[in-house]
Amino acid sequence: MAEKTSNKSVFFNPFSKDNPVVVQILGICSVLAVTAKLEPAIVMGLSVIAVLAFSNVIISILRNTIPTNIRIIVQLVVVAGLVVIVSQLLEAYAYDVSKQLSVFIGLIITNCILMGRLEAFAMGNRPWPSFLDGVGNGIGYTIILVIVGFFRELLGSGTLLGFQVVPQAFYDAGYVNNGLMILPPMALIVVACIIWVQRSLNKDLQEK
Amino acid sequence: MKSLKNFFDKARPSFEPGGKLSALGSVFDGFETFLFTPRTTSGPSSVHVHDAIDSKRTMIIVVLALMPCFFFGMYNTGYQHWLALGATQFPFWQLMLYGFLAVIPRVVVSYFVGLGIEFAFAQWRKEEIQEGFLVTGILIPMICPIETPLWMLAVATAFAVVFAKEVFGGTGYNIVNVALVARAFLFFAYPAQMSGDKVFVASGTALGYGTALPDGFTCATPLGQIATTTSTDSLVTVTGVDGQALTAWDAFVGLIPGSFGETSVLCILIGALILLLSGMASWRIMLGVFLGGLGMGLITNLTATPTYPASFMPAWEQLLYGGFAFAAVFMATDPVTAARTNTGKWIYGILIGVIAVLIRVYNNGYPEGAMLAVLLMNVMSSLIDWCVVQANIRRRMRRLIVKTNANE
Repeated sequence: MAEKTSNKSVFFNPFSKDNPVVVQILGICSVLAVTAKLEPAIVMGLSVIAVLAFSNVIISILRNTIPTNIRIIVQLVVVAGLVVIVSQLLEAYAYDVSKQLSVFIGLIITNCILMGRLEAFAMGNRPWPSFLDGVGNGIGYTIILVIVGFFRELLGSGTLLGFQVVPQAFYDAGYVNNGLMILPPMALIVVACIIWVQRSLNKDLQEK
Repeated sequence: MKSLKNFFDKARPSFEPGGKLSALGSVFDGFETFLFTPRTTSGPSSVHVHDAIDSKRTMIIVVLALMPCFFFGMYNTGYQHWLALGATQFPFWQLMLYGFLAVIPRVVVSYFVGLGIEFAFAQWRKEEIQEGFLVTGILIPMICPIETPLWMLAVATAFAVVFAKEVFGGTGYNIVNVALVARAFLFFAYPAQMSGDKVFVASGTALGYGTALPDGFTCATPLGQIATTTSTDSLVTVTGVDGQALTAWDAFVGLIPGSFGETSVLCILIGALILLLSGMASWRIMLGVFLGGLGMGLITNLTATPTYPASFMPAWEQLLYGGFAFAAVFMATDPVTAARTNTGKWIYGILIGVIAVLIRVYNNGYPEGAMLAVLLMNVMSSLIDWCVVQANIRRRMRRLIVKTNANE
């Protein structure tokens, strides 16, 4: 399989054509939960990139020694170990953000993207393509997270990364932040809009 | 009429494919079929019976049924404003003029934004313009507080038309009521502008007409007053804009603060009569909603506690205040989003009534629950229909088996 698809497409396909969130519809729950503000969305994206890349590499190295009937347990142990490391690092160096992300860093373990990539790619490919696949999918996930977080923070709070973006003159003229943007349902609608735009641009993704 | 027809006949070629204005073909088609019966008939190969009531006529009758509420809303807007100014005389035409000037920008914005999006989508998909927005466009200003800023109304209308209607395929395919989605969007996105004690009475001048109220003026709706009361023993006396107590009669006639078109139960009943006599709405749903609300009102009233102040309200008063009656007559009966089987209509209607009162009484955060009740049951209506149909199939299947067994 690694020989059939080039490393380049393994890395770049998940950005758009094979995006884990808007094409494979995986990891939606964390997209809804952590994107009310841009900063936690970025941190969450980086955490997933790190966990996904390294767990892909580790599983890929171990792939020939893992007995098939306990492979899910092995994968979970690897992912859980990496998630604990990321979570500890965040608590040490970015305490406020880790507070905001609360349980969702821990829940990376259950993120469908991880198990999906480990099962579909790392179990059958060599470490280097697996690493690229992990980083690629992580970036694909992060792109969506950042887009959703951007619109939700801008329209919901009038800020970006905590800085006031919408000028005070707007508020004086009667503009009001959209409270619905802060609520998770709106994240779903923003994701739906991204899917809408993407499928309109890529005709081959449209279902018949 | 003749000259109008000539005008359309002359203009048609330039709108047909290949013509100069073919990009606006569906707009032309929309206006032509709005004014005249469609030119095209079904082909010679088969016989089709056409009902004179197509969806354009249906919509017009619903709009007609809304008119009593609309005109009363104009009067009441003026009346509440004059009352808040401390007036003792209420000159009818001045009140009407003020109400008219206050509401007309809202109607224009709602139709302009909604129809604009509909036209654009129809043209984009090369379809006929569908006329569903005729009713939605007038409903949106009627179910919103008179002080809702115009830009919010525009944003909410755009959101509702795109996400509640066009993405599902346009008129007739929507799952939930479009006007209520617009209101729900406003309610959750801009809670401060959609509830509370400042928005239900027009406080400024209407396009320069009338006198602005002093800044500190506040008046909550009766349901808002009940929900936020601190009195603990019995039903609080609700007061009007002038501080005088309001009676159930005031609520029936509609001279109370509230969203523009939904205060007068009397006018809503006139509308209901028009809808029922013309066969546009289902009496099962309407009756179901009122019975459900009454039943739930009785239960909450029997188990009244000071924790939930609205539970002290007599059951029949629950039907008079807020948007309950309006939702029962004009929202729940929307044929696209309601249940379609007769048994299903009863279940659907009764549950709307029950849930509306349930939310109103037991959730102090939401003084009014009719909007959320209708939206929730819109989502459930296909499920109700599915259950009713399956039960029917099972029953008939059993009968069949019994019969064949007896024959053997």
